[in-house]
Amino acid sequence: MITKKTVDHLGWLARIKLTEEEKEKFPDQLNSILDYFEKLDEVEADVSPTHHVLGLTNVFRDDVAGQSISQEDALGNAPRKERGYFKGPRII
Amino acid sequence: MKEVIIGLEVHVQLNKLRSKLFCSCSTQYHDSEPDTHTCPVCLGLPGALPVTNGKAVDNAIKVALALNCNIEEWTMFYRKNYYYPDLVKGFQISQYDYPIATNGSISLDMEGGERIIRIKRVHMEEDPGKLVHVGTIDKSRYSLIDYNRSGMALLEVVTEPDLRTPKEARLFLNKLKNILEYLDVFDSSLEGSLRVDANISLAGGARAEIKNISSYKGVEKALLFEIVRQNNLVRRGVKVVQETRHFDEVRGITISLRTKEGEEDYRYFPEPDLVPITIADRVDDIKKTLPELPDAKRQRFVLQYGISDNHAKVLISELGLANFFETVATEVDANLSATWVADILKGELNYRDLDISAFSPNHMVQILQVLKKDTITENGAVQVIRTILDEGGTPSEIVKIKSKDLLKMDVDASENITLRVIEENPGAFQDFCKGKNEAMHFLMGQVMKETHGTVNRSTVIELLNKSKKEKLQNAPDNHREA
Amino acid sequence: MNVDGIREMLQNGKSVEELVHSIFDKIEHSKLNAFVTLAKESALEEARRVDKHGAKGMLGGIPIGIKDSISTKGIQTTCCSKILEGYVPPYDAHVIERLKAEGAIIIGKTNMDEFAMGTSTETSRFGPARNPWDLSRVPGGSSGGSAAAVAGGEVPLALGSDTGGSVRCPASFCGVVGLKPTYGLVSRYGLIAYANSLEQIGPFAGNVKDVALLLDVISGYDSRDSTSMTKKCEYLKELKDDVSDVKIGVPKEFFGEGIDEKVEKAVWGGIKALEDMGASYTEISLPHTKYSLAVYYIIAMSEASSNLARFDGLRYGLRLGKDKDWHTTFSEIKAQGFGEEVKRRILLGTYALSAGYYGKYYLKALKVRTLIKRDFEFALKDTNVLITPTMPFPAFKIGEKIGEPLALYLADVNTVPINLAGVPSVSVPCGFAGKLPIGMQIIGRHFDEATILRTAYVFERNGGG
Ligand SMILES: [Mg+2]
Ligand SMILES: [Zn+2]
Repeated sequence: MITKKTVDHLGWLARIKLTEEEKEKFPDQLNSILDYFEKLDEVEADVSPTHHVLGLTNVFRDDVAGQSISQEDALGNAPRKERGYFKGPRII
Repeated sequence: MKEVIIGLEVHVQLNKLRSKLFCSCSTQYHDSEPDTHTCPVCLGLPGALPVTNGKAVDNAIKVALALNCNIEEWTMFYRKNYYYPDLVKGFQISQYDYPIATNGSISLDMEGGERIIRIKRVHMEEDPGKLVHVGTIDKSRYSLIDYNRSGMALLEVVTEPDLRTPKEARLFLNKLKNILEYLDVFDSSLEGSLRVDANISLAGGARAEIKNISSYKGVEKALLFEIVRQNNLVRRGVKVVQETRHFDEVRGITISLRTKEGEEDYRYFPEPDLVPITIADRVDDIKKTLPELPDAKRQRFVLQYGISDNHAKVLISELGLANFFETVATEVDANLSATWVADILKGELNYRDLDISAFSPNHMVQILQVLKKDTITENGAVQVIRTILDEGGTPSEIVKIKSKDLLKMDVDASENITLRVIEENPGAFQDFCKGKNEAMHFLMGQVMKETHGTVNRSTVIELLNKSKKEKLQNAPDNHREA
Repeated sequence: MNVDGIREMLQNGKSVEELVHSIFDKIEHSKLNAFVTLAKESALEEARRVDKHGAKGMLGGIPIGIKDSISTKGIQTTCCSKILEGYVPPYDAHVIERLKAEGAIIIGKTNMDEFAMGTSTETSRFGPARNPWDLSRVPGGSSGGSAAAVAGGEVPLALGSDTGGSVRCPASFCGVVGLKPTYGLVSRYGLIAYANSLEQIGPFAGNVKDVALLLDVISGYDSRDSTSMTKKCEYLKELKDDVSDVKIGVPKEFFGEGIDEKVEKAVWGGIKALEDMGASYTEISLPHTKYSLAVYYIIAMSEASSNLARFDGLRYGLRLGKDKDWHTTFSEIKAQGFGEEVKRRILLGTYALSAGYYGKYYLKALKVRTLIKRDFEFALKDTNVLITPTMPFPAFKIGEKIGEPLALYLADVNTVPINLAGVPSVSVPCGFAGKLPIGMQIIGRHFDEATILRTAYVFERNGGG
């Protein structure tokens, strides 16, 4: 059961600041979807999980250094930057 | 005093690789401008995908074998979901269930005997970028981020809480570094190559996790600080709380990083952009490439060269030093080599903050050969080493140029000069024969002046005494000295 | 508008530049809202280059629209989300490199549901795209802009991405051909991820031949995608007018409850038409089909909750006024940047992966996925294609279902099992319900795109609607 408190915690984990209105609205919506997911409880699935549909293993790259993008391209989309660095918010 | 319980999570960069863990950006960023060694993958641009560096996996297996771990049948990467500005994707590609190896150990050589530190697991993960705080972490108004480091291959070595003192923690790290360098997967001289999270508690109390300590000395300092801090709390009757702390290297203190909003939940799940890796089948081949490790080398040095265990212990503490010793010891007497490499040369290098690559083993061989022939004094040999380190040059050049200083005068030459001095200063010699000390000093001074001080004082005294004896024997009134 | 027609126009003296000008003119006067960003300058430059040096490559001078979830160097790519406002990728997706190498002209980016999370292209921050057959209706989603652009004659070709039906659904609603390749056939490098283990980039065109041609261009091994595979054949070459070896399986679960009668009838008509052309069919069962939607949404939301974590406004995308401490800053950016449906899925995905629920949701879903995949493998042993309706009903009205998330999810009932099994599937037009097109879904074995395309081709030539 998802309560308003659960939604609040999920918002914290996902770093999405939810509005009061969203916190009121989401529990019911999410619960009705979770109810639908309950369907899976009826299946006996004593099989290994499918992480990859093709069953690939051991895909590797050789340890060869290639071209990086330029500093200009790296910072090209950065909303804030300073002296070649990305500029971020304070930590504490 | 309560027992101290320490466990370490050591992150070492596999920085001998040419490229990062999941992209082909070069690992040689250390002398570069920020954000010049990145690409869509290690910047976490939308749509970019990781591809595993095969050699990183092989290097990780090497380490796991060297740490006596169980190598798992297969391994896979997970996403560890958390937020931090240095983390480009909002998750770190790491390992969770099915790490590459578990249940290893490192043995420490302590005064009280051998100590086995158990290793819980070894896993691979990607390095985040580097945060630069403007000022200190708690006062900074904003952060700057350099993603050159983002995506470097890390190996996380997690110990059981088996360490008991900050010193043990330091010795553990030294030993680990030693092994990694033997395996040629790690260069400890590069900035940021090793970072440690240390868990520390006093018996019965809650533990503090000190995050991201970035130097060997820092670990010891941070732990010492924590012990004092936690003991002080206990003494004042305040409960130690479980929390994450940050080590402020400059101030030498740890500070709380607690967030009010509650515990993180990493929501690990298998990285869908990567496929599983079977490793059991690679282990035998990799085993064959494993070099001799420090402990084995130490034993062999004692057995094969007959040197002391103490010398062997110093010599194996760096692979370069061990190799240097072996090169020298095959040319010159092994015990002489051990003394000169482990005690003297190592000391001179440490004094100058140099490592063994600053000195050529050939030069060491030449010096020891000249020393053995007794044509230079031990002091002279030390002078040659210092001159090479400080000014350069080869032993034979230095011996030639500074021959007057370094060459031992042969006994004949010393004798000739001494006799000449006696002849030229009959009065003084007369006084000397009468037992006057000042006369002896005068004659010695004259000899030293002539030879630029390269003769042994004892040789000169011997010669003076011999001449005195002859003179007294030849004298008509054969009186004895008292 | 199709590739042959354009080639003929160009041979008869029309310049590529004129063609491209006329396309931009049409788009700018269009009511479909199919394109959200136009690449006028680069398209015209490329057009003039082709005019000067001649059309080279498999798609020389052919215009194409690209879903806004596929990274295009120098052209804004936003997944139709506010959070990626202004983001201009410094690199091309693998498929874009392939298109450029074969001479295609990229016209612009097409409308989609925000982050591909939808079935209607209504959640785009650029407003809904419209169905060319009825402007009051949705074009389907999430690649609605791509389908509408092709159906509306704005471009002959387009690329979409299909996580749970996002190519086939709009192809069906807009009456065009759309293919979801086998997982691994087309590199995902540069596709902005929604649900990594399910999605593939897929081609849209007005006919099967052009879809095969476009698939030839974009498919094949790419070392930058660890799940990429080498292709086995050239698809255009494999198209021939013969289905005598085709054994059709008709899974009864896909004709069940909730399927519009007209749709069911039209698809059965299609199966009978193929039988007339030499194919055979048997009715079969895929017993775990009823769990597909739950499995699909759990996996997709879980993966999405992690994929969408990177949009923190630090390296690209939306950044708000003054920064606060980092987690408040990030939380506010995400609050403002993501739309409601995206938030819902992130929250549910976060829940499904969180401590204590992983086993009940994510892991369980992956296990049931194994059963679903086995159903398909078993069914496709004795048959070589499966045929079902693509969508349970024709295009619905804009606004009709958007208020009810779960009801909208249920529309994907016939498309999501295919992504779970990783098999290929193509939707071809198959008659009408009134004036609204109906799509027929032809599903194949892993990497056997050749057979489903051939089946679709024969159907289109001889009996398709
Ligand atoms: Mg770690
Ligand atoms: Zn990179």
